Amino acid sequence: MTNVIDEVAGRSVAPGKEVLLSLRDLRAGFNTDDGRVQAIDGVSFDVARGEVFAIVGESGSGKSVTAMSILGLQPTLDITGGEIVWKGRDLLTLPEEERRQIRGKEIAMIFQDPLTALNPVHTVGNQIGEMARIHEDVSKKQAFERSVELLELVGIPEPRKRAKMYPHEFSGGMRQRAMIAMAITCNPDLLIADEPTTALDVTVQAQVLEVLIEIKNEIDSAIILITHDLGVVAGLAHRIMVMYAGRAVELGTTREVFYEPRHPYTLGLLASLPRLDDVGDEALVPIVGSPPSLIRRPPGCAFHPRCRFARVPGLCDTETPALRLVAGDAHMSACHYAEELADVSIDSLRETVDVTAEAELFDGGVAAPAPDGEEQLDAEATDVIVEEGVAHMGVVERSLDGERPFPGASHRERGDPL
Amino acid sequence: MTLVDPGTPTTATGVPEVASAPEEIGEARPLRADVWRRFKRNRLAMVGLGFLIFLGLVAIFAPLIAPYSITERASGQFRQPPSADHWFGTDAIGRDMFSRIVYGARVSLRIGFAATAISVIIGLLFGALAGFFSGVTDTVITRVIDVFLAIPYIVLAVAIASVFGRSENAIIIVLGVTGWLAIARIVRASFLSLRRLEYVEAATALGFSRTRIMFRHILPNALQPIIVIGTITVGYVILAEAALSFLGVGPQEPTPAWGLMVAAGKGSLTNAPHLLFFPAGAIVLTVLAFVFVGDGLRDALDPKLK
Amino acid sequence: MTSYIIRRLLLIVPTVFLALSFLFFLFFTLPGDPARLIAGGANRTIESGVIERASERYGLNDPLLVQFKDYWSRTITWDLGESFLTRRSVNDILGEKAVASIRLAIWAIIIEIVVGIPVGLLSAIRRYSISDRLTTIVTAAASAIPVFVLGFVLQWLFAVQPNKLGWPEWAKLRTQGIGPDSWALFFIPTGDQWRYLILPAITLASVSTALAARMMRGSMLEVQRADYMRTARAKGLRERDVIVKHGLRNAMLPVVTLIGIDFGTVIGAAVLTETTFSWPGLGSEIANSVTQRDLPVVLGLTLVVVLAFALINLLVDVSYAWFDPRIRLGKGEH
Repeated sequence: MTNVIDEVAGRSVAPGKEVLLSLRDLRAGFNTDDGRVQAIDGVSFDVARGEVFAIVGESGSGKSVTAMSILGLQPTLDITGGEIVWKGRDLLTLPEEERRQIRGKEIAMIFQDPLTALNPVHTVGNQIGEMARIHEDVSKKQAFERSVELLELVGIPEPRKRAKMYPHEFSGGMRQRAMIAMAITCNPDLLIADEPTTALDVTVQAQVLEVLIEIKNEIDSAIILITHDLGVVAGLAHRIMVMYAGRAVELGTTREVFYEPRHPYTLGLLASLPRLDDVGDEALVPIVGSPPSLIRRPPGCAFHPRCRFARVPGLCDTETPALRLVAGDAHMSACHYAEELADVSIDSLRETVDVTAEAELFDGGVAAPAPDGEEQLDAEATDVIVEEGVAHMGVVERSLDGERPFPGASHRERGDPL
Repeated sequence: MTLVDPGTPTTATGVPEVASAPEEIGEARPLRADVWRRFKRNRLAMVGLGFLIFLGLVAIFAPLIAPYSITERASGQFRQPPSADHWFGTDAIGRDMFSRIVYGARVSLRIGFAATAISVIIGLLFGALAGFFSGVTDTVITRVIDVFLAIPYIVLAVAIASVFGRSENAIIIVLGVTGWLAIARIVRASFLSLRRLEYVEAATALGFSRTRIMFRHILPNALQPIIVIGTITVGYVILAEAALSFLGVGPQEPTPAWGLMVAAGKGSLTNAPHLLFFPAGAIVLTVLAFVFVGDGLRDALDPKLK
Repeated sequence: MTSYIIRRLLLIVPTVFLALSFLFFLFFTLPGDPARLIAGGANRTIESGVIERASERYGLNDPLLVQFKDYWSRTITWDLGESFLTRRSVNDILGEKAVASIRLAIWAIIIEIVVGIPVGLLSAIRRYSISDRLTTIVTAAASAIPVFVLGFVLQWLFAVQPNKLGWPEWAKLRTQGIGPDSWALFFIPTGDQWRYLILPAITLASVSTALAARMMRGSMLEVQRADYMRTARAKGLRERDVIVKHGLRNAMLPVVTLIGIDFGTVIGAAVLTETTFSWPGLGSEIANSVTQRDLPVVLGLTLVVVLAFALINLLVDVSYAWFDPRIRLGKGEH
């Protein structure tokens, strides 16, 4: 039985762009004292050169584990099936030495918390330069010069002075930029950004994301963006994969996923976002319940206990839905009743209805390029998106005044460390 | 004298981080059954525990186990190697080594537990005061501790022992009074970190009195490292008693203290090594048992360290 | 940084003062008359006049506070007095014994670093392997065996048995005292000296080596869980380099502190070791003089030890701060 991704492969990514990374049916888990935690349960997707591919999901959905398994950074992860094909070679079958050579050079990673991800006893310049020294035959001096160039590239003032400083002397946003600089040292073809802005202040997030996009364009690399924040995704990604309980539940272009969601979980996520036009005392609409235990999954569809459209007893609690083509060229969903969701609007899920505001908000800017290959974001559109992003954050402030917090923003409430 | 296993991760200032991270302490304490289950899996700890139970039984039933009394002398049989009559041989004045070592278990365990109890109580008190109240109280107490720690332990112990004499109770006091220093430091560090937890702020905001907060909220969580430290301390106290005996200021004859027997046996290394090795072996096994159990407790109470 | 150092140095003064004063008063409440001791020992019958004269001479009849004041006014000028027992100047005794102790201590520290740290490191890297388990048991045992017991065991193994079993002369080690005064570069034993040095050095090193190994293991295990280790691997660094370049420097930090904290334990162990092997150092001298109530010697030697302890602690804290840029540079992040 062929994988649905293969079926749509030609159409899902912009034609003419080569596919660099292909995951097929990846299955992996951890063996703990309490049982086996199946963190990834059959995940497949492609990433093409230059595209921004977002993986969205809650904590525990398996998104980070997926990313780290590409690089092989988790020795305790037990991979039981599937393949990870990079430029034609299955990474899972490669000897460690060859995998090591790919790390940093062809695929680089940006981690979530730059304070702990950088070594506190080495200077920033040293750590960036190290990347060059590992993969290229450069001297220490040349590596240092390189690190200064890179710091400048990511927009850090006084780069020469900064390169000699230690990570704790940088601010949060600068640290993350330094991490980006480090990641792009060897012009990798793929950047994996694992929650790159979660540990940052809201205002700094936008700046860092901007840097990320500029860099991507500069070196023509692809980005896998992992996040639980839909606001971040809206402005940057070409395609989105929504994950839940270790599986992909929806996969499509950003436009398709945001405007025409075809999975109850995606609908729930979108409906729970606060909006610019919300009046102060409206309740936010969360997805009730909490993510399932990955040791004892619910039978059938893992989301059904929380799904307002679930038909139980029925298919929903007996058969696990497979990811399948449900709309457009390559819009996929893992729901038995995905087609019927076309008629459901986000508004009807929220109890407020304000058609004009919604139209303005969503028509004012284009979130994603059309799938015919336009990889550059339209300049105007970008501005609007960034503004939207900030606007979203403004709403967060307001909604915290007395509303129930919405699920995705819990990290902001608590106050970001640093 | 280091009372904490250096295998414990430490904070930047070198203070042993025996308590787990503050966020973890805020969560519910692990259930007893859970802790026991984890403890059971640690084979070394179980062996240690088994030995300690065995030792306890020996101490309790000493009169039934020992064939001779501790002062009884077999005439003419000096420094005899182990034989059927005397399983561990005889000492320099003809007493049965086996019986003495069996009764010695009582002495060691008594001194060990009593001195540790004193150390823990004093250390807990001062450490809690210093860690909780901060400010002047803290400074004063810490300075005092530093001053006492500056004096080499041996000098301090021997000096105090010289003053108080050599009865068993005196030794207990000496060891208890010198041992509280390190415990106080650890308790203080523990209190300092616990004090900043959110639920303490909440309790303060709700108007709970400081004593109430200290006793009902912080203390139960601070107990966790204390249990571990206390266990390991008993082992070290037994070692310290042996050291004091060796230097001539420990318990007096005819108390069958193991350390005293070692000291007495040192001259006979050449011709009667058993005089030295049996009591020494008893000391080593006992201390090891306490250390293993202490380590096991620490691992069981704080699974994060695995 | 400099202000920190100055503050610490100043703190040493009251600490030393309080510590020594405490001992001073402690000893003066002792039963037993120092005068008797001075006059010739507890057991001999003494002519009454002798004790009187001795008391006068040492000012033992003066009120306690006066003696206290005298003691400190002398000590500040480094006049440490004379031994009650032997009348020798304490300074002389100090000089003689200190050298022997320092030599022994240097070797104990060398062993601690050369053996303890790599063992701890390997143990952490190969966690749960047979060698790790074995190391855990051995290090636990080493810290549980009383130092003097270890000393005796070693003596028995390497000196008594060889003698009994007739080993060749070249293999035999010495267990008592210190050998001929043949040292190169102050601490390297030449000639026959090493035979006398090796057993006490190993014995003295045992406790602290075990502690250092366990400390290193714990520290390295903690470092391995750190995020920056994962980052280093993500960069494509060889595992070996990950451990050495990124892990080691961070793991060493707490170990450096331990070596300082350890000093107190080492002093205790030194007293016992020196007594066991009759190594004529500060340790055995302190042990002897305390039991004999030879007050000037006790106070004088303890003063030196307390000072050394405080200075070494300061040195360790400073070097720790120097190694960790977070502390050295002081500036936090915004």
